[in-house]
Amino acid sequence: MKEIQYKYHPDHLKNSEPNKYQERDLLPGQMIINIGPQHPSTHGVLRLEVLTDGEVVLDVVPHLGYLHRCFEKHAESLTYPQVIPYVDRMDYLAAMNSEHVYAMGVERMLGITEQIPKRVEYIRVLVAELNRLASHFVALGTYALDIGAFTPFLWMMRDREHILRLLEWTSGARMLYNYIWIGGLYYDLPVGFEERCAEFVTYLKPKLIELNQLVMDNKIFVERTANIGVLDPDLAINYGVSGPMLRGSGLAYDLRKVDGYAVYSEIDFDIPVGQGLMGTVGDCWDRTYVRVQECQESLKIIAQCLEKLTMDYKRDRDFDPRALVPKKIRPKAQDIYVRAENPKGELGFFMRSDGKSDKPSRVKARSACFSNLSIIHEISKGALLADLVAIIGSIDLVLGEVDR
Amino acid sequence: MTFDSIVSFIQQELGTEIVLDQKVDHHPGTIYVSAENLVAVCDLLWRSEATYFDFLSCISGIDHGTDSNYFEVNYQLNSLPHGHQLAISVLLEKPSEGLPTIPTVSYIWKTALWHERETYDLMGINFLGHPDMRRILLPADWKGHPLRKDAINPEYYHGIKVAYDRSEEAAKSWEG
Repeated sequence: MKEIQYKYHPDHLKNSEPNKYQERDLLPGQMIINIGPQHPSTHGVLRLEVLTDGEVVLDVVPHLGYLHRCFEKHAESLTYPQVIPYVDRMDYLAAMNSEHVYAMGVERMLGITEQIPKRVEYIRVLVAELNRLASHFVALGTYALDIGAFTPFLWMMRDREHILRLLEWTSGARMLYNYIWIGGLYYDLPVGFEERCAEFVTYLKPKLIELNQLVMDNKIFVERTANIGVLDPDLAINYGVSGPMLRGSGLAYDLRKVDGYAVYSEIDFDIPVGQGLMGTVGDCWDRTYVRVQECQESLKIIAQCLEKLTMDYKRDRDFDPRALVPKKIRPKAQDIYVRAENPKGELGFFMRSDGKSDKPSRVKARSACFSNLSIIHEISKGALLADLVAIIGSIDLVLGEVDR
Repeated sequence: MTFDSIVSFIQQELGTEIVLDQKVDHHPGTIYVSAENLVAVCDLLWRSEATYFDFLSCISGIDHGTDSNYFEVNYQLNSLPHGHQLAISVLLEKPSEGLPTIPTVSYIWKTALWHERETYDLMGINFLGHPDMRRILLPADWKGHPLRKDAINPEYYHGIKVAYDRSEEAAKSWEG
């Protein structure tokens, strides 16, 4: 084994990630508190520089980049299908959703969006919604864990395990699937998947009611989250905040409804919004409420997909999910911005092809968490330090997507 | 509003020469403006009730390659109430020294605060008037802007070897 070399110097940290606030500029009573990058409540490798006056937060400066893996640079040296596994690794809790967006983008560049078979589209929506459930479960479970409740985390992990096993059965991997391909799918659903998935839907319905009783109506949880981190919808839009955070502020904006991509226009579901049931519209409780309600909506979508997949577009011996997968992908020269609703918000890809190469000349990922995190200093001003933890949790960060 | 009506609205308000080029086959439709006129166009699109682009989705910097003399900055706009989208592109000439510059739009859309920092960090485009122009993803003492096509990684960073060594010797030493 080669030895890992590193030249230690005490100024390295100061030079590579300098603080915004300096100790010498502090007024009496003020403190700089460093949270992270190795802190469980930052949900990954996020470092926060917090300026406090006693226990009251005055400013929060996020320091990013600890999980930067050069996605955009890598994508420029890979062919279009080879980018998909990298897309998986951005938001590793919702890989199916990210793959879906990317595949849709390249299909639009090739002009084959209309030809994708309905069965493929329904399977895509089905697995994406299953993954959305799994992602929301992690968000809710770890959020309750941040607040100090251990049980919800274990319950959520237990239910998420069923989803991961279903997806593992489909694609062979538990978290990073590479299942949705450009123009089709890796494989059709395994035989018997529809029945098992329907069983899962029946299993999960009472569990979500339990979750509501255990977390959402819990007095301690309400006290910790209601009226904390109130986000005004106008400010949210100005900062490019999207997803459950935007809907928690009371704005019913969901790209699944707005764009109606894939087959979402044929599916019946509602957009839950924050109503300020326990405090003010747009507080941490509302954001969590939206996520819990979205789990119910995802179940509705899954049930409808299963019905379609067993009735109208049922399994067929001759059906080949790879029939449309192009051998050589060389889109004509164009720019495209494709967007879709991920569990965290709007995930978009800006892609440019030069028309000659089979590799994209530029791929830029617009990640939802990146924009959602940028608002943290606005909503945590004046909060207590303990509430800052509640606010970070309610944003539902995945640092893989923030840093890319 | 359709792409054509947005373009004619801009031309009607600010003059026909302001839109340098338009690409209808891009998705969403893209207009090219000059760096000097960028803020005027953005401000108009944001302020007018007819267009009301209140949501800036994404800013991407693009390097046109080593044989070209241009960088490009692409803005993806979205209007939540109207539901229409528009892309604005700005071509920037590569200066002989220093970074290419473009005015900031961060006081119109705060999304730009971080997106412009990221573009500066990875592509090396300076946004004039940005209140906090620092690197965001890479360490502050990193040299160069890695998303440029001619970017060369430093050999060592804090004594850590950066370049991935593909030589056979290195492969053997890892296996052994």
